[in-house]
Amino acid sequence: MSNPDENRSQRRGRFPDFFFLIILIAAVLIPIITLLMLYEIGNGSLASIEAFGVSFLWGQDWIPNPPGGGPPVLGALPAIYGSVVTTVIALLLAVPISLGVALFQTELAPRKVRAPSLFLIEMLAAVPSVVYGLWGLLALVPFMSTYVFPQLQTYLGFLPLFQGPNTGLGMLTAGVILAIMIIPYGSSVMREVIAAVPRNQREGSIALGATNWEMVKTSVIPYARTGIIAAIVLAMGRAIGETMAVTMVIGNVARISPSLFLPAETIPSVIANEFTEVAGNDVYLASLFELALILFAIALIMNMVGRVIVNRLSFKVRGDARV
Amino acid sequence: MFNLHTRRRISNVVFVSFATACFCVALVPLIAILYETVSQGAAAISVNLFTKVTPPIGETGGGILNAIEGSLVMVGLASLFGVPVGVLAGAYLSEYQGKFAYYVRLVAEVLTGVPSIVTGIFVYELIVATQHRFSALSGGIALGFMIIPIVAISTHESLKLVSSSIREGGFALGISRAKTLVYILLSSARSGVITGIALAVARVMGETAPLLFTALGSQFMMTGINDPAASLTLSIFDFGTSPYDSAHTLAWGAALVLLAIVLGLNVIVRLASRLKVTGTE
Repeated sequence: MSNPDENRSQRRGRFPDFFFLIILIAAVLIPIITLLMLYEIGNGSLASIEAFGVSFLWGQDWIPNPPGGGPPVLGALPAIYGSVVTTVIALLLAVPISLGVALFQTELAPRKVRAPSLFLIEMLAAVPSVVYGLWGLLALVPFMSTYVFPQLQTYLGFLPLFQGPNTGLGMLTAGVILAIMIIPYGSSVMREVIAAVPRNQREGSIALGATNWEMVKTSVIPYARTGIIAAIVLAMGRAIGETMAVTMVIGNVARISPSLFLPAETIPSVIANEFTEVAGNDVYLASLFELALILFAIALIMNMVGRVIVNRLSFKVRGDARV
Repeated sequence: MFNLHTRRRISNVVFVSFATACFCVALVPLIAILYETVSQGAAAISVNLFTKVTPPIGETGGGILNAIEGSLVMVGLASLFGVPVGVLAGAYLSEYQGKFAYYVRLVAEVLTGVPSIVTGIFVYELIVATQHRFSALSGGIALGFMIIPIVAISTHESLKLVSSSIREGGFALGISRAKTLVYILLSSARSGVITGIALAVARVMGETAPLLFTALGSQFMMTGINDPAASLTLSIFDFGTSPYDSAHTLAWGAALVLLAIVLGLNVIVRLASRLKVTGTE
């Protein structure tokens, strides 16, 4: 700050250094918080990493307080399995519907329908997760157990997926509620990347006499394909981290079973359920931190990859003449 | 079997109906949740709901006064430091468009995608574990950490929309860059910035997971921000997952109040900003 050279002070005008410093500090706080999160959560998991090493990832048992005393035996596989299965169910249901919603909003909806349709999907995104959970537990679970599970058992019951007791709780219901929750997010990212397809692409195919479907198939989807995949990755990141609604409907049992009807657990649901029950069991506490670390790492990677792709696509468009 | 013209028409009709059906299917849960919450929650609405504290689980009577208090206090604390930091960081992002700003923006976007339970466990380790007590303060800090990246991004987006001729006008008058930012840029982007803040506040108002291990929940009114605190979301979780009908009624009541606040904020903000937009176009 001593004696700035002529050029630099001219470029900055009379911009006071302290003000620049304040907004710089605010901006730097964002990466600092992220690094601090990594450090603190990593620090909290040390005892578990020492006790179990890498085998924590494929350990199948979850026995925090062995009946005969002795050290706890903890493995993350049941939680990882539950997270993977519920996320796959959610994506199978949510990806086609999100794509349909995005195409409806960008390509089909007349002007007057467009704004209200965006508004309604935004409302769906604004509903708090715990309200989804309450509705899921008290309305969706009974509905699944009365109408959906018996039908699946009658027609597809020969598959191990659809065998087991019918309580309405379990991985299938959790997957359904996850799907409902990620549709607004998935469709809004897909809308962003579909809107980034240059207008002249669409006009070109319409000028050739294409129908709506032919235009979407030949000019919109190929152009937006990378972005749509990125949107799926981002939605997957959301689904894996979703806590409250899943915790309320999945039943919370550490078990690896092919049956989608049986209660199970996911990484965030284990943390949410058991964190206040550790009571002085240090390794148990640290293993919950390690689960959070795994979750954090997955979320960081998926969001980083998804965001970089989406940003690059929409940045390209800002150069284009999109009116 | 059909000629080309018919085949093309059929494929188009299939596509249009599929996309429209997807949109309608996506709305079914919204309608179901609103219907269920309003019809079940209406039974819980009474004077008691707003004047009594939460009862022990399984007992009848009581209200959610302490939960409302906790939610407002913690969201207030969160906004107190989250909003200024977010707005200033957003200002930085729009003022300096170099590589560093790009990465900060990317990290902010990634941070909004980090599961909120991770933020909760982080603040537990950072504050609760060192202070050896659960508190409204730590809950507020957890929510504040969530507000910062959301507000930074929305502020950046609104500032980007201010035309560069307005910015240059400020420079042409010889006003300092700081004053141009505060008096010209932020004030022309005001409605967008406020919209972003309100949406961020509505979002964290509905968060549960970051409060589980920080505010913990409580059956009493707070005596200070170092006490454990209840919140609307924690009450919905606790009462909703208990096996008692009376507790379920209370959970629906709390859900109705929470939805009214969160969706109300969303509706007001979006209507207001849309009026603004159509007014200027």
